[in-house]
Formats: sequence, C-alpha cells, structure tokens
Amino acid sequence: MTAPALEARGLSRRFGGLVATDNVSFSLQPGARQALIGPNGAGKTTLINLLTGVLKPTEGAVWLAGRDVTHVSASQRVRRGLARTFQINQLFPNLSPAESLGLAISEREGRGWDFWRPAGKREIIAEIEDLLTRFNLSEVYDQPTRALPYGKQRLLEIALALACRPRALLLDEPAAGVPEEERHDILAALAQLPADVAILLIEHDMDLVFSFAARISVLVAGRLLCEGTPDEISADARVRAVYLGEDAHG
Amino acid sequence: MTDVLAHLRRRERWGAAEIAFWLVAVVAIVAFPARAALVNEALIAGLFALSLDLILGLTGIVSLGQAAFFGLGAYSAAILANAGYHDPILGVVAAVIPAAGVGFLTAPLLLRGSDLTRLMVTMGVALMLGELANREVWLTGGADGLNFTVAPLFGRFSIGSFGEGPRNAALFSLAVLFVLLFVARRLARSPFGISLTAVRENRLRAGALGVSAASRIVAIYTISAAYAGVAGALLAETTQIASLDLFEFHRSANVMLMLIIGGAGYLYGGVIGAGVFILIRDVVSAQTPEYWEFWIGLMLVALVLFGRERLAGLVRLNR
Repeated sequence: MTAPALEARGLSRRFGGLVATDNVSFSLQPGARQALIGPNGAGKTTLINLLTGVLKPTEGAVWLAGRDVTHVSASQRVRRGLARTFQINQLFPNLSPAESLGLAISEREGRGWDFWRPAGKREIIAEIEDLLTRFNLSEVYDQPTRALPYGKQRLLEIALALACRPRALLLDEPAAGVPEEERHDILAALAQLPADVAILLIEHDMDLVFSFAARISVLVAGRLLCEGTPDEISADARVRAVYLGEDAHG
Repeated sequence: MTDVLAHLRRRERWGAAEIAFWLVAVVAIVAFPARAALVNEALIAGLFALSLDLILGLTGIVSLGQAAFFGLGAYSAAILANAGYHDPILGVVAAVIPAAGVGFLTAPLLLRGSDLTRLMVTMGVALMLGELANREVWLTGGADGLNFTVAPLFGRFSIGSFGEGPRNAALFSLAVLFVLLFVARRLARSPFGISLTAVRENRLRAGALGVSAASRIVAIYTISAAYAGVAGALLAETTQIASLDLFEFHRSANVMLMLIIGGAGYLYGGVIGAGVFILIRDVVSAQTPEYWEFWIGLMLVALVLFGRERLAGLVRLNR
C-alpha cells in the first residue's frame, strides 16, 4: 500500500488559552477528492496554515508522501509536493499569467537561482501553454494579472498551484466571490484536475462540496466532528445541528 | 498563443532607444572632453543608483544606507592602491569583496519588520561604518581621508585630472557601467530576476510556489552592495581620494532621489535620474550656487504627485 499523499497526526495548535486546532488527524490518499467543511471560526484557516507550514503545531505532526515534514519550511514543503490556493487571490499584479506560470515551473525545476539564462526557456513553453489552455487563460496570457476579470484570476490561482506539480493540493474556497456566470469555469477546472493528485477542498458552498468530494470531513471548534461520504454527512444529525442548520440561516 | 515564447522574451532584445543611449554617451564624452569630469560623475552616480534599483525597484526593499557600500568600495580601492596595487581595474574588482561581504552579513537585518524598519537599519549600518572609518585612522586616514594614485589604464591611459585624464576616466566609468548594466539586465530577465519581482509583488504567494523570499533578498542585497562598492571605487579612483563624506547620509538620500527621478524598476531609471540630477545641479548652481536643491525638491514633489513615469516616459528605454 502506498503512503498517504498528506497526513495529519494529532495536530493541535494553541494561541494562548485558545485552542484553534484540537487533535486533528486525517489522511489523504493519492488521488483523493476530499472536502473540509465547518462553520466560520471552526479553525479551517489555522489547519491549512499548519499543513502548509506557515504555522508550527503545538503538538502533532504533518506527513507528506510518507515523510515527516513537521519541521520542514513552507517553501520546502512546496518542493516536496504540497501546493495550495488562497481564499483571497494571492497573485502577482504586474506579471502576466504566462510569466507567473513560467515562474512557478522554473522554481519547481530548481532554476530559481539561475540569474543568467532567460526565464523564457523554450522547454517550458509547452507546459505553460497546456496550463493556459486547461484553465481557459489562453485569451489573456499576456495581460497583466491585475487587468484580468476576477473569474480568470480565480482560475490562475488554481493553475499556479498545479504548476508546482503537487502530490497534494489544498484548495481554499476556490469559488469564493465568483459571479454566477463564471462559476462553471471554476467547476470545469476542478473537474479536470489530474486524477493522481490528492485534493482537499475547503469550501462553504455546499453544492460545490457535494458535487466534487468523495469524502467530507466536518471541522467544528477546532476538532473533527466526523468524516464520511456525502450521503453519510448529509444524513448526520450532529452535522445538521452545528453546520447545515446554521448555514440555512446565513 | 503561439507567441508565449515571444511574450516571455519580449524584454530581452535591445531596443533602439537603448542602443542610442550608449552611443550618445560615448559621443558626448569624446566630443566634449571639457565636460568629461561632469559626465564621469553622472555615470558613477548612475551606477550607484542602479545598485539601489536592484533592491528597491526589482525587489521592493527600501534602503537609506546605500552609501555604506559606496564608501566601503572607495576606501577599499584607496587602501589597495596605497598598499602598492595601483591598477585601476584591479581596484574596482577588488572593491566587490568588502562591499558584498558587508552586504551579505547585514542583509539578514532586512528580513523582519516594515519598510520603516529597513530604512532605519540601513541608515544605521551606514552611520556605523562611517564612524568606524572616522575612528580607525591608521587604516583610513580619519578625517583627512586617503589620497592615492592609480596607474594608467592598461599601462597607457591616465585617468587623473589632467590632460586626457577626465575623458579616459569617463570612458572607463562608462565601460564599467555598461558591463554591470548588461549583467543586471540578464539578471532581471532570468528566473532569479522574475522571482525577485514575485517577492516584491506578493511574498505570500511567492512562498507558496516554493520561493524562499529570505534567501533571495539576501542574495540580491549582496549583489546590490557589490554594485555600490564598484561605484565607490570608481569615484575614488577617478578623483584619487577616499573621504568620510562618501559614507554620509546625503549620499544615500541623493541616490534615492536620482532613482525616483528616473523611475525605479527598469534599470535605466537610475542612470537617467543621475544625469538629470547632475545636469540640474550644474546648470542651476551656476545661477544660484546656494539654493540649487530648491529645484530638485520642486521636481521631486511634482514627480511623485503627477507621476514618476512621465520623465522616464520621455525617453522610453526598453520598457
């Protein structure tokens, strides 16, 4: 049996007296399509920061492809195959999509310290073009990112993470703020993500969660309340009480 | 979309304005030898401003202490010459070592805090080095500075203040500036250079793509310090003195003014800004020797309020 692509083992994080993450364990198998849901303040952001290495856990460990990376820096974890997208766009306003993707590919290939040869290397063009096509960015490849419509920026968010060729990919509310008419672009992009990449989708939008995920974990007040298939989760009385009930209000 | 490669490489080709810039510089020096000393000063200031552009324009790291490395380079050239090594090219190359060394050692101080922190830290380093040079009289000559002589270039072309000296000095500075601008140009268009842009534009995302901002900043700050050191060595060699004022705050502040005047981030801005700055000083100070900086101040306010791109836009170079 292969090692999980990403694994949390008893992760806890305290900020003073506040327990933001409380003994969270889960694992993502290669190719998994899992969703993480939970009401506001459940600790989803803290959990992402623990997994990606922005925060160090008070207790517990993070394993990536069978290796303990708890003490590995965030940028090293990226190189070992853990990529993420951001709930609020984190892009390079004055670089074009083609330049941004070229940067991500160069870094992945370890050319980030090459200060002499041109960044526009023939060998990476095919991969840039492929990503541009798959994420519907071909029309705007040479525009500065700041000038792109919001929906295109959301697509570039995902394309950039995928350019890292991750084993595990954390998608933080990929459809957040996308207007209705551009949503199908995002859904299409999610549907055709490579089958071998393990994906954890953090999302508020229940339609998206239930259409995408094979398994769903529910995080409440820093701990995992339960985990199961979409049918199990939607039938779970506790989940209805703490999450779906609240969601129906808001 | 067949043009992705052309798009990525669009800044690599030399533009006509860029080539014209270098030709005009050569012609100006050769045709007006009487003004060569002034041109030399502008070229050195331009190189100094280019060093700031590498960190400020490319990477978004502010500094008000660039004179630290300018002074280090100047004293290193003077000390080397007084130790018996008079070759001007050797002096310029050797200046890289102390400047880059101190740059590398102090770069980690820039990794934390805000822009204000960085302004204070860089200023502080320059202050400390200036006072060290003031105190260590045995090495630096203290308040008297260090006078020294350099050998002719290639054993033939004097770069002193007499005869053809100023013209040769200006051509020497132009050659050094050309080489270092060529290197900076390659660097800015390389994967390393793009990663610096990424660090400037969004450090969080750069990290999420595997770019360790800290090590990139240390690297470019070290390179920038080396550039400033070379500029200092050039000034010392062509004036044949290294003095304490090279470390002073007004040097760091003026070089930032020059870069802002010319426009940060495209490498030629510092050179153009330095030219404008020194030209204004030369023209205006002939009229009102004491108050010429009034006009620099006015220009600065206008530039910052109405768009710093304007001035550089008049001479569009490889944008």
